[in-house]
Amino acid sequence: METVLALLTGFMYAAGIYLVLRRSLVKLIVGLIILGNGSNLLIFLLGGITRGNPPVIGENETMLTGLYADPLPQALILTAIVISFGLQAFAMVLLQREYVQGGVEDFDSIKEEEEAL
Amino acid sequence: MTDNLLILPVIIQLVIAVVSLFFWSRTSYQRISSIIGNVIFLAVSFILFFHVKENGIMVSQGGDWQAPFGITFVLDLFSASMLVITGLSGLAVSIFTAGSMSRRRALFVFFPIYHFLLLGISGSFIAGDLFNLYVWFELIIIASFGLITLGGGRRQLEGALKYVTLNLVASTLFLTSIAFVYGLTGSLNLADLAVKIPEVENQDLVSIAALLFFVGLGIKTAVFPMYFWLPASYHTPMSAISAIFGGLLTKVGVYALIRVFSLFFLPDSFAGTVISAIAALTLIMGAMGAFIQKDVRKVFSWLIVCHIGFMIAGLGIFSTVALAGAVFYLFHDIIIKTNIFMVSGLLYRINGAHTFKFIGGLYEHYPKLSFLIAIPLFSLIGIPPLSGFWPKILLIEGGIQGFDYFIVGAILLGSFVTLVTIGKLWITAVWSEQKSVNYVKHFIHFTQLSKIQRFAYVFPIALLSVVSLFFGFGAFWMLDIANRIAEELMNPDLYIQSILQTQ
Repeated sequence: METVLALLTGFMYAAGIYLVLRRSLVKLIVGLIILGNGSNLLIFLLGGITRGNPPVIGENETMLTGLYADPLPQALILTAIVISFGLQAFAMVLLQREYVQGGVEDFDSIKEEEEAL
Repeated sequence: MTDNLLILPVIIQLVIAVVSLFFWSRTSYQRISSIIGNVIFLAVSFILFFHVKENGIMVSQGGDWQAPFGITFVLDLFSASMLVITGLSGLAVSIFTAGSMSRRRALFVFFPIYHFLLLGISGSFIAGDLFNLYVWFELIIIASFGLITLGGGRRQLEGALKYVTLNLVASTLFLTSIAFVYGLTGSLNLADLAVKIPEVENQDLVSIAALLFFVGLGIKTAVFPMYFWLPASYHTPMSAISAIFGGLLTKVGVYALIRVFSLFFLPDSFAGTVISAIAALTLIMGAMGAFIQKDVRKVFSWLIVCHIGFMIAGLGIFSTVALAGAVFYLFHDIIIKTNIFMVSGLLYRINGAHTFKFIGGLYEHYPKLSFLIAIPLFSLIGIPPLSGFWPKILLIEGGIQGFDYFIVGAILLGSFVTLVTIGKLWITAVWSEQKSVNYVKHFIHFTQLSKIQRFAYVFPIALLSVVSLFFGFGAFWMLDIANRIAEELMNPDLYIQSILQTQ
């Protein structure tokens, strides 16, 4: 399972960076989303994966014993998902404004217009 | 005074931001609450600073969960002085915008977003937890996205696009580094990491995490190969927003780099050399970029990049003297960069343009103002005894002690090109004759402003100039603080003990 997740994380980082480096604005935002999800998956993976051992303290116990899943990575990922969701929503609106105002969907044409100013 | 009060600066900014949201369309209330709030913020920061200076580090454990399990907030001398400096810059920009911003612009909820930005900045100074630091950074960037696109002009959106993309990539890298650190140690508390990181068997993985951290924060800080977004975006928003960006945003990154690299990602000799080389290249490239620009705000943007190099150089040399220089430079730089962008706003109000083609005649028409702006501009160069001079002495001393002559050369070159660039700007803006005022649409000249508005343009510049003068003439006192901070950074045992409550 770890190997599959590690490969998947690597693939998501590679795909995200490839798309961010493209000139198209839509591919840029898709790349950012994939990159963000890749890092969430990485936290999940590096937190250590355990199956079927919830971190719940039993009735007659005072602390966790035996093998249990680490609850912290899920809290971290949840926070990271919420934050990146907000930022990506902002980025999408920004790209949309840029497209409506400038009529561009290619980074190269933005550069030319700036030089003309 | 209970230690939990260290959260107060964050709460004050939150309260101001929320209160200003209630006065959505009554911008005059927002202006007043912004100024009053920042005065209170500054006063509280000063009280906390003197308290920390007398009684040592303050620690607050979130929900009384003892470190390393809960979220920890720490206020040591470094973060307390950063809060004071933030308060000074924040107050100056508050007065500047309260007086100068048109109602039309203020209706785009400038003041609430501005205070959310200050909230994030003060939060990142008291964070004692790596993930908490990440969350504060995200708060800062979402607020800065709001500010940089405020008004939504065509060029602003283009500047914002680069800024947003690079910051999102940087955040992802930062998060990746956090994932590695958590995977290696199972902890995110800064003090706990300082204990656990040296015990990690696979130190190569630690180096990878450190590198990812350096790249992630390096993009936000605008160091050598990753600075291109800064000169492409910082000249697009209005001057007051550039002032707070140029003064504080990149410096929060520097703060986090100094904090983390002195606490647990300790640079070995190779990493130290890499950081020094990056610092030297940042200095040289930033200086060269500033040298060829013909627009006031672009010159200042490139100088931000150039002067980041001084602070990173202190981190690269990594000795008590050099770190004291870096910390002192950080204080000086926040004040001075905020100030010069406000000066650029004043020059725009007088000339109607930012390009060298139109500006001129300041000494002819406003001799007193030219003496005033001489203080920030000459402090920026570091003419003794003004404030930029002393930290450079420390950095050069540290470089010579560490036999790091390349970085000493780069520091001297960076200072020299800054001198030439500012000299050129001074001749153009102050001594040459004014060609003609560039009346663009809706442009209001300085002389057409009311008395209060003119006061709001000049007073914040004067306020920060006085602070710079204090840094220069009260250098003995400042050096004392900087040396204490540097010693605490080099020997973090006290910091670790007061957080983990171990003896």
